[in-house]
Amino acid sequence: MSRLPITKTPKPYVGGSFIRSESGRTFPLADATGAFFANIPQCTRKDLRNAIEAAAKAGPGWAKRTAYNRGQILYRLAEMLEARRDEMIGTLVRFGSTKSAAAKEVDATTDRLIYYAGWADKYEQVLGNTNPVASPHFNFTVTEPMGVVGVIAPDAPALLGLVSLIAPIIVSGNTVIALAAEKNPYPSIILGEMLATSDLPGSVVNLLTGFRRELIPTFATHTHLRAISAVAGPADRQALRLGAAESVKRVHFTDLEGAAWFKTEAESVYAIRDFLEFKTTWHPIGA
Amino acid sequence: MPSLISERRKSIPVRRGRATPELIFGDLWEFDPAPETADPKLQPRYDLFINGAFVPPRAGRYFDSINPANEQKLADIALADAADVDAAYRAAQRAFTTTWGKMPGRERAKYLYRIARLLQDRAREFAVAETLDGGKPIKESRDFDVPMTAAHFFYHAGWADKLDYVAPGRRVAPLGVVGQVIPWNFPLLMLAWKIAPALAMGNCVVLKPAETTSITCLKFATILQDAGLPPGVVNFVTGAGETGAAVMAHPLAAKVAFTGSTEVGKAILRSLAGTEKKMTLELGGKAANIVFDDAPLDQAVEGIVNGIFFNQGHVCCAGSRLLVHEPVADRVLAKLKHRMRVLRVGDPLDKNTDIGAINSKSQLEKIKKLVASGVKEGAEIFQPSCRLPAKGYYFRPTVFSGVTMSHRIAREEIFGPVLSVLTFRTVDEAVERANNTAYGLSAGVWTDKGSRILKMSTELKAGVVWANTYNKFDPTSPFGGYKESGFGREGGRQGLLDYAKLV
Repeated sequence: MSRLPITKTPKPYVGGSFIRSESGRTFPLADATGAFFANIPQCTRKDLRNAIEAAAKAGPGWAKRTAYNRGQILYRLAEMLEARRDEMIGTLVRFGSTKSAAAKEVDATTDRLIYYAGWADKYEQVLGNTNPVASPHFNFTVTEPMGVVGVIAPDAPALLGLVSLIAPIIVSGNTVIALAAEKNPYPSIILGEMLATSDLPGSVVNLLTGFRRELIPTFATHTHLRAISAVAGPADRQALRLGAAESVKRVHFTDLEGAAWFKTEAESVYAIRDFLEFKTTWHPIGA
Repeated sequence: MPSLISERRKSIPVRRGRATPELIFGDLWEFDPAPETADPKLQPRYDLFINGAFVPPRAGRYFDSINPANEQKLADIALADAADVDAAYRAAQRAFTTTWGKMPGRERAKYLYRIARLLQDRAREFAVAETLDGGKPIKESRDFDVPMTAAHFFYHAGWADKLDYVAPGRRVAPLGVVGQVIPWNFPLLMLAWKIAPALAMGNCVVLKPAETTSITCLKFATILQDAGLPPGVVNFVTGAGETGAAVMAHPLAAKVAFTGSTEVGKAILRSLAGTEKKMTLELGGKAANIVFDDAPLDQAVEGIVNGIFFNQGHVCCAGSRLLVHEPVADRVLAKLKHRMRVLRVGDPLDKNTDIGAINSKSQLEKIKKLVASGVKEGAEIFQPSCRLPAKGYYFRPTVFSGVTMSHRIAREEIFGPVLSVLTFRTVDEAVERANNTAYGLSAGVWTDKGSRILKMSTELKAGVVWANTYNKFDPTSPFGGYKESGFGREGGRQGLLDYAKLV
């Protein structure tokens, strides 16, 4: 008689700890064979608000880390993913990937983290500049993170899509509340465990599981979210833009599908730029 | 926080006995009139500028343009409806596909250079027209608005054939036709901020000026004609909110750009929620101008005056909240009041005028209403006792002291010559108060301490920070806001990219 394995209770990584939804609600998740796998927390608007509060508190400290330090932390996250590569591949396979497709997605995700880790102390040199104004002033334009950013991740690729949206946002010092793939949330649970051991300060990335229809209205309207990065269909796009109007929130949609997520065109310094503000400072030059 | 009270403050001798006599210029010292007399070359009637020609509006309707300095009618302005806007867009789209969109950048650049030069040729004429149309002092339209407008075209001209350097690592392409709606506070300059980068990138334009300041826009169309700009590349449609809504909503607009109030900006965002139009918005502000006790106070007072009274305070980035460090608050306020007594309010065409006419009757009423709320909520009002012209829309420069963060005059954009003074004790308190607003367009910092300037500049949530200066602008310098002051930048490399798509 074989040993009965211990199943893991899935808990989203929010506010630097592993939570159940404040509501106590869950929904059953089946694996690719249709068999029951686990109960996933069905996070609520209140969970989202709590996560935003935690992310807002963590924001200034994260933004004040040196660019070098943020780069090393993203690199460390890639190390965690590489070290637990087999576990993540197994997770993706359990929810429908072939072994080779899963390996490809995990490796692409790791490489994407390395790509953005390297940008941490370089994007400023590419995106900012001094300005030769026609008066005796020193004038320079630098970037700053926006603050707390909401992410609505695609259903597929569940891991690569989620990380491709999060990495360019946090590398500059923003913090994130991400709603994981509704249809395939489990990779986000494993990712949360990697974040927790990656030197990333708690609350910089918060990963919620739950339903888009319940949470998108609050993502759209919460005034402390300064921007949204989403993969969404027409109805969700309209809802996000309408709600965002009230606080002039920045909204960016990503249109990638399938194989396009894996290409190098899917990663860019301009994805970092989308979640930066430009600040221009003037000072007189004189004795 | 280490001692914020500087040694200098302690060492200043306190004057006792009779106060120093003051020279009050105001009404005691009459200035001879010094009117600018250049001919603005106005026409009695202005039509729409569509496809390179002036065309009457299809419905045949016109509205009055009023000189706010004397309430006299200047001209009839065409009222564009949705059909006129549609004709403008179709002309722009045609120009984009047949000429402008295909033209090498090197050639596009030459048109923009020509436009800059032709405006310089007619600078005085345009300055007078700008002042007549909008009420701003001639010294500002002559020395700031018009030369800066030309500078914007000259700067962006040179980008047109260097677009490979705008977005390192990627290639850029024009968006197509862009719809633009601009405000009445800097009619020509806002037009340049919108048109110059759009054209440099290879886009075509449908632009609507504000209904109270359409004349210089339509005069500018003659410069486009003289420059030989291909028909349809730039189209001007005039009218009020309805015309603006048609410009924003048109399906051919690949992008819309708006400068105006946050309220209208939000309405535009909502109306475009279901579309994929690219947007940039430059909205309202309630900037903090922060004076520390170690600041050079006389320079700071000049900066405060320039920050709030420039262009009658009709400036989205106006330093309308003065945050003064407590130890110097009384001195700064006294110096400020003294300085305000010598500001000359009156005929915008007079070369000695510092504060001209309020742009419109409705704006004057809005200012009066907010000032009344300040008095009612208990702030202490000061206005110099200058004489105002009998006709026209004028408002005395106004400063409120004893203002708290909850007062309407500390929270709402007044868009007039009205300053609210608040105080603070520590650097952290200054930052907290400055950032305690939904806006985030600009801020000012006055201090002699370099490290404090850099700290403040980092902590202030604003797109432009002026340190030991205020209200400075340049085509090379990106301008735009954080938070509810909008998004996107205008000017510089960053502003140019907002008119491109990455390919």
